[in-house]
Amino acid sequence: MENNLLSIVTFMPALAALILVVFLRGDDEAANRNAKWVAVAGTVASFLASLFMYSQFDPSNTGFQMVDEGEWLLGLNYRVGVDGISVLFVMLTTFMMPLVIAASWDVNTRVKEYMVAFLLLETLMIGVFVSLDLILFYLFFEASLIPMFLIIGIWGGANRIYASFKFFLYTFFGSVLMLVAMVAMFADAGTTCIGGCDISLLTHTFGSESFSIMGVQIVGGMQTLMFLAFFASFAVKMPMWPVHTWLPDAHVQAPTAGSVVLAAILLKMGGYGFLRFSLPMFPVGSEVIGPMILWMSAIAIVYTSLVALVQEDMKKLIAYSSVAHMGFVTMGIFSTNQQGLDGAIFQMISHGFISGALFLAVGVIYDRMHTREIDAYGGLVNRMPVFALLFMLFTMANVGLPGTSGFVGEFLTLMGVFQVNTWVAAVATTGVIFSAAYALWLYRRVVMGDLIKESLKAITDMNAREKWIFAPLVVMTLLLGVYPALILDVIGPSVTALVEQYDTAVAAADAVTHTAEAHN
Amino acid sequence: MNNDILQILPEIILALFAIAGLMAGAYGGKDAIARPLLWVTAAVMIIVASLVATSSNTTVEAFGGMFINDGFARFTKVVILVSAACVLIMSEGYMKSRDLLRFEYPILVTLSVVGMMMMVSAGDLMSLYMGLELQSLALYVVASLRRDSVKSTEAGLKYFVLGALSSGLLLYGASLVYGYAGTTLFSGIITTAHSGEMSVGLLFGVVFLISGMAFKVSAVPFHMWTPDVYEGSPTPVTAFFATAPKVAAMALFARVLHDAFGNAVSDWSQIVALLSVLSMFLGAVAAIGQTNIKRLMAFSSIAHMGYALMGVAAGTAFGVQAMLVYMAIYVTMNVGVFAFILLMEKDGAPVTDISSLNMYSKSHPGRALALLVLMFSLAGVPPFLGFFGKLYVLRAAYEGGLAWLAIAGVIASVIGAFYYLRIVFYMYFGDAKTDTLDKNRGGVLGGFVMASALIMVVGIVNMFGVEGAAKLAAATLVQ
Repeated sequence: MENNLLSIVTFMPALAALILVVFLRGDDEAANRNAKWVAVAGTVASFLASLFMYSQFDPSNTGFQMVDEGEWLLGLNYRVGVDGISVLFVMLTTFMMPLVIAASWDVNTRVKEYMVAFLLLETLMIGVFVSLDLILFYLFFEASLIPMFLIIGIWGGANRIYASFKFFLYTFFGSVLMLVAMVAMFADAGTTCIGGCDISLLTHTFGSESFSIMGVQIVGGMQTLMFLAFFASFAVKMPMWPVHTWLPDAHVQAPTAGSVVLAAILLKMGGYGFLRFSLPMFPVGSEVIGPMILWMSAIAIVYTSLVALVQEDMKKLIAYSSVAHMGFVTMGIFSTNQQGLDGAIFQMISHGFISGALFLAVGVIYDRMHTREIDAYGGLVNRMPVFALLFMLFTMANVGLPGTSGFVGEFLTLMGVFQVNTWVAAVATTGVIFSAAYALWLYRRVVMGDLIKESLKAITDMNAREKWIFAPLVVMTLLLGVYPALILDVIGPSVTALVEQYDTAVAAADAVTHTAEAHN
Repeated sequence: MNNDILQILPEIILALFAIAGLMAGAYGGKDAIARPLLWVTAAVMIIVASLVATSSNTTVEAFGGMFINDGFARFTKVVILVSAACVLIMSEGYMKSRDLLRFEYPILVTLSVVGMMMMVSAGDLMSLYMGLELQSLALYVVASLRRDSVKSTEAGLKYFVLGALSSGLLLYGASLVYGYAGTTLFSGIITTAHSGEMSVGLLFGVVFLISGMAFKVSAVPFHMWTPDVYEGSPTPVTAFFATAPKVAAMALFARVLHDAFGNAVSDWSQIVALLSVLSMFLGAVAAIGQTNIKRLMAFSSIAHMGYALMGVAAGTAFGVQAMLVYMAIYVTMNVGVFAFILLMEKDGAPVTDISSLNMYSKSHPGRALALLVLMFSLAGVPPFLGFFGKLYVLRAAYEGGLAWLAIAGVIASVIGAFYYLRIVFYMYFGDAKTDTLDKNRGGVLGGFVMASALIMVVGIVNMFGVEGAAKLAAATLVQ
């Protein structure tokens, strides 16, 4: 299959970044404007290419499509492709990035570097979702830390240095164990191909015989160890309770566009990793650790929702709400049935739009007032009716109101987990109530009431550019809310195949264990 | 005999050249010819490197096995020669402006390079020791090149005293090995040293040999000299210490362990693994508190030697290949970083304080970006080439049955990432400050910084074929 389309989608933004680095000189108004337009061109071109790619995509085919490959060093291959699980993440990324660039139109310090960082980040993020080689995946996955580190550190808030170092070291630490596991997988399977080739990791069965290390019995053997190594990385990235503490710091300090990218796309890498690696490659490991993750998710949902209730900082509140929503995702994934997985992917896509929009909304008023303190606001509806309307819509979507995309994801994941563990489902459902509490309370404190604060008297409503940025997000949120089949039809066949593969693998491993026990 | 001379021709050319240069300097123009001599030396090194690189791809033992000319030796010789030539070219401006450009400098560097080339080709404990001493003695002198500086003299003296101690250890080990194996030839030793049945004397001999060599690669716990010598020596000399001798010593490590004790891998593997893990962690932790970039790079090189030793500890051909690839990448990165350090000046005087890099990205955006790439590459963060070096040694360690070492290595790399990030932090995140570094034109040095950073980025496509060359080289060492 000779097809370079995916590579074009992936590297188009990097090409734009290269053009900026090589050709753009100067630091004046004109240079800054050119940098912005080149960035817009790069991201839009990538989006258009991805739309074309999407039109070629056949959802009924559960294998990898549009595979592009080439020789690489160390016996590795450059190989990219998409299947029903990854294609929507690619679309989410290319869809969000032009909006992110547009939202950064008022940036006026080091514009060129800013745009280069975001463009490179886009390439790396798309690369994560399309990689079909283990090391290539790791390369993109880890490299995305560099631009994000710089984005937080250079254009961030007052406490940006602490946040950027915490972000980098926390996620780096999570990932290096995964690297060792990858080396082990390479040694075990003799290939780093994830899928779309003759011998691939997705079809390889890793050892699941239990053994003991220094007296500790490892149930599920190698699979459990590898699962844990990958888990360390993805759980930090997700982020899951209790390793989520870097996220609020990073979100609060990052510039608006950085927060949007972080919430809308970067967090999804963890969930995608679970779907691409943990479930299909280490089914036995997943079965061993899965129940614990369900409970961790339930705790995350309730605990971070409660934490969100007491936040004074808007971005921090939304950051904690993100952690709670990612709890639904992990819960859905490790319920390992069709509804759960469908719901998890749906939740990730929809959270991409909703949380992105919420951070953009905070950015809108932050640009005007330069504070994120909830107490500094109140009664904005009087001066900013359009903002009030949009913020209402996305607050409701965040709560999971039926008719918005937030509802579908939460409902499906809850339905999925209910079949596996009723108690977890029950606990998680209370989280839905808490989320309504903090979100509505935030809305009441910021938007409702009388406009009594002197400083807010002169605040202006959203301008045309800001409205246009929100328009696509509004459309997607409502459209997916009333017609979820747009996503579910695309991911359906691939998810079904994944669930079947998982069930077969677990059953086979159980059968082996049972015969072994029978022999004993 | 004629054939033997042919094998050692590159070393002879360099040695004769050094003597000719010495004569020209002593009876000719003294320091006036230093500048042309430096350039000619660099050119000769490059020519010899291309000579070595293109010579026939065979394994020949010369002088009754004392000297081995194989793919492994040729690979490391090329790396040594090219890096030494780069460092010489880098030195010129700095040495000249500080009145340090004496004609002895290029000659001493040449002699030490000859020593290194002998080391990596050594097939006998005696030729090993001769090569080692030749390179060390030359290095002791260049360390104290700045005679009127207390720090530089101290660096030279420290290096000499501790170096002599390590040579003593090595020699003691060699004598034990000779006593218990009955020969100093590696090809003879290997037939007596077998896994699990080595006599205690031979075992002690190996331990002493390893200790002596660990000093040369500055592996923990034989690293104490490194920070002081790095800090005290003139920066170009530090750059030289950080590159060519490290490659030579690491190659010697692999040479002795595989050629002489290749049948006893399980006996030395654990010792090397211990050196490796200690170096990685000490290098990572101790560098955190450093404010002097030269000291920081000293600890960084200690950590990097730990990673390279990981490949040696694996005890496999792939391990040696990984070590060679790692060292090639390490040298490239260090050439770039030291070229950058040489450019750090304030009011014409060299500055080594990290905080002086504050807001460097404003005054020198291109160079700051290059150093950013180099720092992330040193930290082993993908997508830069430094990551692939780490990937090689991790894989080697894992496949060599040292999974714990691989895990320890990645954890140390996270700790180490902190101080590399700190440099990026100063360059990019600092606050506006008035007294910044001099705005200077990069010239040759800037070219080295840029080229090195570019290699880190572009090299990930195919590593410029180094991977394949290292594989062939490793195959000749480990059958």
